Amino acid sequence: MDFGLTEKQIMIRKITREFAEKHIAPVAEESDRVSELDPNVMEKMKEMNYFGTCIPEEYGGAGLHNDTIAFAICTEEIGRVDASWSITTGVHCSVCTYPIYRFGNDEQKEKFLIPLAKGEKIGAFCLTEANAGSDAGGVQLTAEKEGDEYILNGSKIFATNGGIAGTLLVVAKSGEINSRKQLTIFIVDTDTPGYSVGVKEDKLGVRASNTSELVFQDVRVPEENILGGLSNGFRLGLQILDFGRITIAAQCLGLAQGCLEASVKYSNEREQFGTKIGKFQGIQWKIADMTTDVESARLLTYKAAWMCDQKMDYGLSGSMAKLVASEAAMKAAHQAVQIHGGYGLMKAYPVERFFRDAKMGEYAVVSAA
Amino acid sequence: MKVFVCIKQVPGVSEVKIDPKTNTLVREGIPSIINPHDKHAIELGISIKEEYGGEVIALSMGPPQAEKALREVLSMGVDKAYLLTDRAFAGADTLATSHTLALAIKKLLKETNVEQKYIVICGTQAIDGDTAQVGPELAEELNIPQITYVLKFRLEEDDKVIVERAFRTEEVVEIETRLPVLVSVVKEINVPRMPGVQGIVNAYQNKEVIYLNADDIGADKSEIGLNGSMTEVWKIFIPEKKVDHVVLTGTIDEMVRELCINLHDDKVI
Amino acid sequence: MSIIIDSEQCTACESCIVACPYGGIEIIEGSAVITPDCNLCGACVDACPVEAITLERTEYIDKVDKSQFKGVWVIAEHYGGEIHKVAYQLLGKGRQLADILKTDLTIVILGTNFDQILSSFGDYGADRVIYVESKILKHYYSDIYVNLLSDLVSERKPEIILIGATPTGRDFAPRLAKRLNAGLTADCTGLEIEEETRNLRQTRPTFGGNLMATIRTPISRPQMATVRPGIFKASNETKKKIKIIKIEKDLNETDSVTKVLKVIKKQKTTVNLEDAEIIVSGGRGVGSKEGFKIIKDLADALGAELGGSRVTTELNWVEPDRQVGQTGKTVSPKLYIACGISGAIQHLVGMQNSEIIVAINRDKDAPIFGIAHYCLVGDLHEIVPILTKEVRKIKSED
Repeated sequence: MDFGLTEKQIMIRKITREFAEKHIAPVAEESDRVSELDPNVMEKMKEMNYFGTCIPEEYGGAGLHNDTIAFAICTEEIGRVDASWSITTGVHCSVCTYPIYRFGNDEQKEKFLIPLAKGEKIGAFCLTEANAGSDAGGVQLTAEKEGDEYILNGSKIFATNGGIAGTLLVVAKSGEINSRKQLTIFIVDTDTPGYSVGVKEDKLGVRASNTSELVFQDVRVPEENILGGLSNGFRLGLQILDFGRITIAAQCLGLAQGCLEASVKYSNEREQFGTKIGKFQGIQWKIADMTTDVESARLLTYKAAWMCDQKMDYGLSGSMAKLVASEAAMKAAHQAVQIHGGYGLMKAYPVERFFRDAKMGEYAVVSAA
Repeated sequence: MKVFVCIKQVPGVSEVKIDPKTNTLVREGIPSIINPHDKHAIELGISIKEEYGGEVIALSMGPPQAEKALREVLSMGVDKAYLLTDRAFAGADTLATSHTLALAIKKLLKETNVEQKYIVICGTQAIDGDTAQVGPELAEELNIPQITYVLKFRLEEDDKVIVERAFRTEEVVEIETRLPVLVSVVKEINVPRMPGVQGIVNAYQNKEVIYLNADDIGADKSEIGLNGSMTEVWKIFIPEKKVDHVVLTGTIDEMVRELCINLHDDKVI
Repeated sequence: MSIIIDSEQCTACESCIVACPYGGIEIIEGSAVITPDCNLCGACVDACPVEAITLERTEYIDKVDKSQFKGVWVIAEHYGGEIHKVAYQLLGKGRQLADILKTDLTIVILGTNFDQILSSFGDYGADRVIYVESKILKHYYSDIYVNLLSDLVSERKPEIILIGATPTGRDFAPRLAKRLNAGLTADCTGLEIEEETRNLRQTRPTFGGNLMATIRTPISRPQMATVRPGIFKASNETKKKIKIIKIEKDLNETDSVTKVLKVIKKQKTTVNLEDAEIIVSGGRGVGSKEGFKIIKDLADALGAELGGSRVTTELNWVEPDRQVGQTGKTVSPKLYIACGISGAIQHLVGMQNSEIIVAINRDKDAPIFGIAHYCLVGDLHEIVPILTKEVRKIKSED
């Protein structure tokens, strides 16, 4: 048994933390306010290869395809300062780019993977509809075959990255009846005629992350864009979401860590009744609980990532990690605001944003409720 | 062309604090970092390679933990890294340090059998010692020209080197010389790149940090480490706290005058 | 030389670990152990309460015949035909050292057109001036300086050489030290003589100013030190009759491997609060955008950067990138002057690590006074202009 990180993983954490603090943290509040990702940060994120983290170098990626722990660390460290960016790259990598690498054929990798891994195109995974989401069998967006093309009709909602995406993985009903066995995943280029972005959601938290409605009206997709075989969508989708859960767990873990650090810092600065509030046992208890929650979430998240790298079945571990981490984030955010008192409600302190951002983790990639 | 960059791993001294109760240094949790000036030296090295070609070689003298610093610069794009590590190097002052670095550079130059066309780049000074001495001393050992406090650097044909050197606060001198040359750079020269994830993966999977000890570089034990040093640290102590809490009294003129006398004594004005 | 730890004596109290600046010592199995990070500085020896640690020094074996080296030298530098003021300050200190050593004080000038002022150095305590004259020395050349000075030193053998820690001094001093194989200590803030050994004890800040180190060169001569401008005071208390040694050199550009192409005047660059040595900040108490003029005047007089509290940047009294505090910059200058800033926690976290904090505020109970070193209770509109005037006066005297 070995709980130590490799030197490479430690370096990735160090650099990602430096990057996040230097470039993401200073603009996070403003991005949250305007509900947009900062374009300068976007360019820098591309240079740092955060859009190709778990893709091999030959496809333009960073080469962490066999090191999911390192990928989780990147997501965690970005999430430590800004959940919106963590979600953006996390979703792009885990439920769009990585699935194409894992399930795609050589032509698909050549065509779609390289621009995604370089960040030239942003990726999204489109499952949720008005009446389907956690219940994937209820998907109603249809794919009808005509010649060697499929014609997509319907709409998706709550698609993370949807409005800024260049490449989508779309789960569609490719048969007559509503059945899990009739689902197929299509790779869709967003400049295909008939595709349009609908409403951009105005959210409580992770506001800078794009969440949009996507509309498909007679969108013609060539047969060769089917990912992993016709009618294989449900099985594939589950595996994609399994990997996605590790990412969400890592993002929540980062957020919880951010809350913890902000609370420790504030407790050592703020004086009341003639002493630092960190000297009060009431505060110390809260911080001890947060620390324990964060560490539990970290162990589960890294274990799931480790199992993934060992080619073991990590589905259950990933789900547990996501459950524990998302709850740790909520609790930590709540306590962090509590510790900050009135200042916790002010935008001058990042915990105000963390508090709103934390809720999302409980729903993303299948609700934990 | 070979571009040697000398770096040092240092404690992040800006995070060092003195415990006011015990008047001792609080060392806990102080990270080891690459000397900030040296990152600018690395950036210049890599940009020279990108513009004019060549090979960037990082050198560091220090304990085995300094490998981390070298891995970081390999991640940034340095081609090769050498760690000079040996108990015999310990306690070196700047004279012994520059001698050790010079031996390593000469060895590496000899190995490749190329004409002596090279550049050595250093950061102006290290934040732990702040001496700014190793660069010029190294240039003397290598018997090559030195230009310190460099703000701009460019190469022209016939190995001509043109640099801008910070001279006084608001004055810069443009200087010309020829390769080989040693330059020490100031922070204003560039913005060091951050290593991307790909660079880090590369540094750990495809590059290595080569360890060199005193024998490897053919050092005479009397000329390295403490034995090779002319200076010795006789005493280290924590400076007395400059001022406490003084409430100035009297008329405004009196308060101001007393303040100025105090600030002058404290050497801040 | 090595650190010896008596593990029987050691009580594993960790005093040494706390004292070690390099993380070079740790406790393993109940006793202190030296790690590869040890720099042999000896801080642990002084810290050990039970004398379990000793620094075993190898015997000092002189590398040169030290008795041959006599006299204190100051190397002057010059810009635009004027001797840099640090040379006069070094003469002040050099005179004291020379008196203790019962030897004489020499100022060395490499330059041109200085004949007129040479005799005036006697007024600052110099016994002798060595003036190397050549047209080319109007500019500074690294290699020519080192060549000329190493010849002079080898020939005349001074025991102490003092040099200003300016970009010029810090350029040639190390190279000269290397060529002479002499010990050199940078940026000294204190210089003392050990009378019996004639060793120079050179004290300097290290470790980012958190520690002071006293350095000696016991086995060799000359002993070289650089000193920052402003550390010592020029003095004309001891006047000496000066002896002038003029050496004319026929040098030209080909004697240097470098060529000065041109001198460029630089404009002062943008706001850089983080690196500023002095910051003068204003808060709500300043009252208005116009009110900031007096704050700015003080900053200008001090050569300082201007800062502001959050409210002042939000009200647009000062530019946003000058904000100090939680949502602005975190700064740690040598001197921070807070004018009309009450000291909300959000401001304090951004500046509490400043070395010296001066607070000017009307409210004697303002939290800023809790962390300030010098407290002036009163109206900043009255105090600041008087302070500015006083600072200008001091500056003009220096």
